[in-house]
Amino acid sequence: MSLPLLNAQDVTVSRGARRILEGLNLNVGEGELWQLVGGNGIGKTSLMRVLAGVTRLGVEGDIGLRETPLFLGHASAIKPLLSAYDNLRWHPSGAVQADRGAVSAALSAVGLEHCGESPVGQLSAGQQRRVALARLWLTQSKLWLLDEPFTAIDVSGARLLEAQLQAHVAGGGSVVFSSHQPNQFSTELRVFDLSEYACD
Amino acid sequence: MPVTSLDRFLLGQFQRQLKLAFSRPGEILNPIWFFMMVVALFPLGLGPRPEQLAPLAPGILWVVALLSQLTVSHRLFASDYEDGSLEQLVLSDHPLALSALAQVLAHWVVSGVTLALLSPLFAVVLALPSEAITTLVASLLIGTLGLSLIGAIGAALTVGIRRGALLLSLLIIPLYVPVLIFGTSAVVEASRGDDGSAWLALMGAWAIASLILAPPAISAGLKISLDA
Repeated sequence: MSLPLLNAQDVTVSRGARRILEGLNLNVGEGELWQLVGGNGIGKTSLMRVLAGVTRLGVEGDIGLRETPLFLGHASAIKPLLSAYDNLRWHPSGAVQADRGAVSAALSAVGLEHCGESPVGQLSAGQQRRVALARLWLTQSKLWLLDEPFTAIDVSGARLLEAQLQAHVAGGGSVVFSSHQPNQFSTELRVFDLSEYACD
Repeated sequence: MPVTSLDRFLLGQFQRQLKLAFSRPGEILNPIWFFMMVVALFPLGLGPRPEQLAPLAPGILWVVALLSQLTVSHRLFASDYEDGSLEQLVLSDHPLALSALAQVLAHWVVSGVTLALLSPLFAVVLALPSEAITTLVASLLIGTLGLSLIGAIGAALTVGIRRGALLLSLLIIPLYVPVLIFGTSAVVEASRGDDGSAWLALMGAWAIASLILAPPAISAGLKISLDA
């Protein structure tokens, strides 16, 4: 039995003086697809940032990560002034391929093969989201933490993303994502309901 | 297994910052405009006679250079904070101190080096003796490196604060004082026909110290700002 990719034990998350999530346990092994659910403001984004390791302020409990995850937050680290190529060739997590051929393959995978050279700021919101999601075709990280990846993309984009998440899981990787939309996955989807851990 | 090696990543980070700066030329030109406009005010306010302006020129040039650096430093990490690039840098396998250093060096090339290279034009406006011009350029080249690094510490600490620019000024102006003294003294000596290189050496030492000590402080500041 290999080590879990993510192991969170008895985690408490506070925002300022207020506790928002309490007593949370989450164990993500290889080949698992997890969806975080819960209403607006319950703390999905806060938890994502805590799990990824962006912030550790006001966090109690143990969070073990086997390796650096790929984290895509609400703010997608896309520079509107740079082209999609330049944006994707830069990725500070070492586990993203940065050569030109891989980037153009990723761009055609998300249906943007003709938009690689123009500044991303000139694309629509949905296309910008697709540029950010193209990282999923470039990364070699096993664990993906995706905060609302389905926001702003159209139906065909959502199907494409679902297919990519399933392919990743089928290859032994794991995905934790948050979403409000109903999704169509053929693999087993584990639902993690934050309302069980919410404090108010 | 990182696919991108550290040196290639840092080079990429440096180039990315330069590309970003050149895609918004206004951000490069604004501090230079500021420098030019303020320097041009002094002959108007003090009178255009060279014998009156020349003794004040080193101090004026250095104070205005310092202020123009201050006006740009608070934006250093702002867009990276807003668009999530900073989160990615924190999560990276590469040390944040080094990626921040690459970013600050790019900022220095864009703001400090251009200012130093254009400064002879402004020195002429203030009737600075021509033998002091080389020293002025050298002192600004070395000095702005230190100013950028110190400014970056303040920028890292205040990046998450709305209207952080004023707080940034309060934090870092005291730290700018040594550079101002060294820089002005070097140019004053040179304009008297003496050798200002001792002051330049002091500035160099100060710049090297900042180069070593600032990156860990910048990295810590950025992490604090992301936690808030």
